Amino acid sequence: MPTYQLNINGERREVTVDSSTPLLWVLREDLKMTGTKFGCGISACGACTVHLAGIATRSCIVPISHVGDRPIVTIEGIGQDAVGRAVQDAWVEKDVVQCGYCQSGQIMAAVALLKHTPKPTEKNIEESMGGNICRCATYPRIREAIKSAAAQIK
Amino acid sequence: MRRIRLILFVSAAVLTLTLYIVEVRFARADVPDTTTTAQGLRAWEQVYSVLTHPRCINCHTATDYPQQGDDRRRHVANVVRGGAEGKGVPGLNCAGCHQESNADSTGVPGGHNWHLAPLSMRWQDINDRPLSSAAVCRAVTDRSKNHNLDGPALLKHHEEEALVKWAWNPGRRPDGTMRTLPPITHEQFVAATRQWVEAGTPCPAGR
Repeated sequence: MPTYQLNINGERREVTVDSSTPLLWVLREDLKMTGTKFGCGISACGACTVHLAGIATRSCIVPISHVGDRPIVTIEGIGQDAVGRAVQDAWVEKDVVQCGYCQSGQIMAAVALLKHTPKPTEKNIEESMGGNICRCATYPRIREAIKSAAAQIK
Repeated sequence: MRRIRLILFVSAAVLTLTLYIVEVRFARADVPDTTTTAQGLRAWEQVYSVLTHPRCINCHTATDYPQQGDDRRRHVANVVRGGAEGKGVPGLNCAGCHQESNADSTGVPGGHNWHLAPLSMRWQDINDRPLSSAAVCRAVTDRSKNHNLDGPALLKHHEEEALVKWAWNPGRRPDGTMRTLPPITHEQFVAATRQWVEAGTPCPAGR
């Protein structure tokens, strides 16, 4: 099996896995970074969202062989930058989480939105977060948290 | 007398030749060659058969979302067009799933610069019905809508553009089966486009 050099949350990690292994499984099974969740496995729910070269990416359907040298940021590392920290703080402030299973993906999508659109409209939020499903229906609190984070970002 | 006849004969011959040349040049300049136009229209219908195949038309929508599959259903995950570039929105960017090449192990198609075609290049109506051959032809040849592509540039686009060529290498579905291909090969598609372009990109009459 091939060996891959990965840049995850600013650290170099090495894994030897089958080339078809989805990035999600590498994170969870090989690197034991279990903050990123398995939801649907077909890119339909957003629970597995990570950032790949800054793009919110569904890690369940990206084979490790397609990652290359692009930097990966997961929920474990998202608090390292100002936008990520603001979003996490807002999530706590608004008490967004219910069961919490989808929330790492929600936060990763929210950070991608705010990095691109620091002052999002309702439509921006609706469209950008529209692919992240929450079984507990915490959507109103997610919206409020995103607005709160946006207000905190300079 | 013989000299006069010779002069008259030569003058008539020169006049006839001149009229013939003028007529031929005039015809080439202003009167379409009906045979070539007919061939061009037949070639266009081959091109149209590809443009309206799901591998192509699924991303040439008139709506705010792409389609997927041979049944041309709405794309999963509430994916939307996004801005003018048609690459989705920050949390749902096309490149967030569609990588630089097909991911056959997970069934996700991929290619360079994955995006929706601009609305000016929509080949279906808002009810997802393909536009007529005449309407698609008019759109494709309208340089105010097609990124100012003339005939040779359209040929180059069909011959070389990565996402066009992807239609003949669309990879596997999540169930492992191969995605269907357009009705003719890429070589036939390029040859038909060339013939259509050489005929002056004629479009069928009608709406």
